[in-house]
Amino acid sequence: MNGVHDLGGMHGMGPINPEENEPVFHDEWERRVFAVTIATFGGGNYNVDQFRHGIERMGAANYLSTSYYEHWLHMVETLMIENGSISRDELSAKQAQLAQEAA
Amino acid sequence: MAKHDHDHEHTAPPSDPALRVKALESLLLEKGLIDAAALDEIIDTYENKIGPRNGAAVVARAWVDADYKKRLLDDATAAIAELGFSGVQGEDMVVVENLPGLHNMVVCTLCSCYPWPTLGLPPVWYKAAPYRSRAVSDPRSVLDEFGVTLADDVEIRVWDSNAELRYLVLPERPDGTDGMSEDQLAAMVTRDSMIGTGLVQAP
Repeated sequence: MNGVHDLGGMHGMGPINPEENEPVFHDEWERRVFAVTIATFGGGNYNVDQFRHGIERMGAANYLSTSYYEHWLHMVETLMIENGSISRDELSAKQAQLAQEAA
Repeated sequence: MAKHDHDHEHTAPPSDPALRVKALESLLLEKGLIDAAALDEIIDTYENKIGPRNGAAVVARAWVDADYKKRLLDDATAAIAELGFSGVQGEDMVVVENLPGLHNMVVCTLCSCYPWPTLGLPPVWYKAAPYRSRAVSDPRSVLDEFGVTLADDVEIRVWDSNAELRYLVLPERPDGTDGMSEDQLAAMVTRDSMIGTGLVQAP
């Protein structure tokens, strides 16, 4: 699949900016995305090829403008909806509920 | 290098993914599809227990034990497992040895494949577009950004990892370290030296 994820040799992506003493996670939400991903993957909800394909199917502009753990989040949401574990409506309702509680 | 001006790579904006993952996690917990204690254990393992110290132990062993080094270069997965490191994202390992005149560097152009059992989770730059795109086309400019300058006649081999195969660089042992213990040697081995974006420096 020749998608935007196939970055080898592409020009114009800018400097690398290695971060000294980088923490494993930069934010609590990254920690949660990592754990939920490993737990659902380990639980046999999808395999490694579905995992990668779930990310590679992201829209090109969205892929390049979002961070690594946002890719994972997008993938878990997508695959868990597609395999029927949860529904998009349930997920939207839960997001709305949490947003309201936080407001 | 300490500058941290790539916020778009991991927090853009935090509130949105934070809310989304909270909703996803809550829903999956309610349905019994994930277990809260397991989530805590996963985070603890990858944040505190697995990291580049594991890979450093492998490198130091290879430096002091020629038989081990031979096994490591022949069948890296088995040799690494001898030291107790195995599992997810380390199932099929290849170790590539730096030699005088030959420098190895590892990338995953397609995504973020990385040897978790020996190096832990990859840094942001390893997973981001600038490194992934340029490592294969202009590795010297990449090394430049890491402060590594190799002589013009040093060959650079770039290894592109994938979901089935992951690489670890065996860096060159620095001169003047003959009397050092295995633990002292391991302490010098940096994460970047095992990715190939750094060299091991004698203290």
